[in-house]
Amino acid sequence: MDRFVWTSGLLEINETLVIQQRGVRKRLRGEGRIKFDAGTLLSTHRLIWRDQKNHECCMAILLSQIVFIEEQAAGIGKSGKVVVHLHPAPPNKEPGPFQSSKNSYIKLSFKEHGQIEFYRRLSEEMTQRRWENMPVSQSLQTNRGPQPGRIRAVGIVGIERKLEEKRKETDKNISGAFEDLSKLMIKAKEMVALSKSIANKIKDKQGDITEDETIRFKSYLLSMEIANPVTRETYGSGTQYHMQLAKQLAGILQAGNNVTEVYCLVNRLLSPEDLVNACKMLEALKLPLRLHVFDSGVMVIELQSHKEEEMVASALETVSSKGSLTSEESAKLVGMSVLLAKERLLLAEKMGHLCRDDSVEGLRFYPNLFMTQS
Amino acid sequence: MAMSFEWPWQYRFPPFFTLQPNVDTRQKQLAAWCSLVLSFCRLHKQSSMTVMEAQESPLFNNVKLQRKLPVESIQIVLEELRKKGNLEWLDKSKSSFLIMWRRPEEWGKLIYQWVSRSGQNNSVFTLYELTNGEDTEDEEFHGLDEATLLRALQALQQEHKAEIITVSDGRGVKFF
Repeated sequence: MDRFVWTSGLLEINETLVIQQRGVRKRLRGEGRIKFDAGTLLSTHRLIWRDQKNHECCMAILLSQIVFIEEQAAGIGKSGKVVVHLHPAPPNKEPGPFQSSKNSYIKLSFKEHGQIEFYRRLSEEMTQRRWENMPVSQSLQTNRGPQPGRIRAVGIVGIERKLEEKRKETDKNISGAFEDLSKLMIKAKEMVALSKSIANKIKDKQGDITEDETIRFKSYLLSMEIANPVTRETYGSGTQYHMQLAKQLAGILQAGNNVTEVYCLVNRLLSPEDLVNACKMLEALKLPLRLHVFDSGVMVIELQSHKEEEMVASALETVSSKGSLTSEESAKLVGMSVLLAKERLLLAEKMGHLCRDDSVEGLRFYPNLFMTQS
Repeated sequence: MAMSFEWPWQYRFPPFFTLQPNVDTRQKQLAAWCSLVLSFCRLHKQSSMTVMEAQESPLFNNVKLQRKLPVESIQIVLEELRKKGNLEWLDKSKSSFLIMWRRPEEWGKLIYQWVSRSGQNNSVFTLYELTNGEDTEDEEFHGLDEATLLRALQALQQEHKAEIITVSDGRGVKFF
């Protein structure tokens, strides 16, 4: 979680305390679930944490880094939580406890309650964005002296000069604010569109996906790293959807992942039924994978080449045991259709394991002695 | 005609008489056919044949097995032999051919070796003398058919080791 920066924890000029909450645990996914029990402080500009045991240890996140926050109600055995989704860390960020992070959100777990109030206050700060109107010095983290550029003046000239400075400052702030406002409006539009799309996508998945996954999915979308996963909505439930799924599946599996991995990877977003239906289409779509159902009912996805090898070995065995076979004889022996029996024999011939005898008596297959005998 | 000729195992294998679609299998099959044709012709001292004869010959027709190699496949086998240098078409319509179980170059070499060994370089021989003379009775090329002999000498001629000349009652050769 690389958005944190070390801080002295002291509030800056123009920075006001909003609410202080004890017993907040920060939960960071991915980085081994770091639990940081601390007092959390919300100011107009930052979220600050001071370790309850080691007061020297103090870190913060700028409120301007926050994209969006969510509240999670407490339940039986579960503390209430606030999830804070963040922008990526800026390149000129001050040093902090983590250099890099693959996550873009943090979870605050309120062990001693208070998340409702905290969420409310944080929401308010997010709406008001007071930090934009009350700039503080860039390096909030270090204990610098008084702000540079503060003007000391005496007398009327001094007063006039001070007023002039103030006017300039206000001017700057206003134009700055307008610039910020247009930026804000764009951001707002984006956020509205985003939340709509998220809401729709989440609607259907509520039952299947765990809460953590839901957050992660949302976070994922938010950080705009979405790689267009296939969702039911885009394609509708049914064949089209399964077709696309089958293709994506084939891609993933061929990249070398084994089936268990793929299932774990994929079951977050897919129901087992969808997976099976997609697999049934593999052959029709001429993808080089097949769904194989064992007698026990267990299903596996295998490379078509494996399946073919099995077929060929089996064909060779039956032919060898009888000396030679026609398609009809083979079909009867193994208990399959003549068409399928013929396919097997032809495949084995193609692979060089069988050879043919084509005469007025019909087409008969033999073990390929041309290759095996000197 | 069928002397104590030992047929190879393929001759009793029905697929031998079907041209195999699998390329690797076919390669083995054709090699076996070429070998069979040459050894068959050698034993039966058959130096030429027509395609019609071939079809009905026990060579391509295994009566006991009730299998014959179809004529198109026979043509393919013959073409293989030609490529290897063991066969020459005697007419444009490809109805009859010369079959040489040893290639002309190989015969030429044997003949020249005998000539050198017996110190008869710069001698002149009639073709008949070479293949039917007393002096060559122990040689492999004794009894060689004229057509093949001629080609053997032509090969030597190419190498400037011999020259085919006309003599009183036919053709002869001078060795260098």
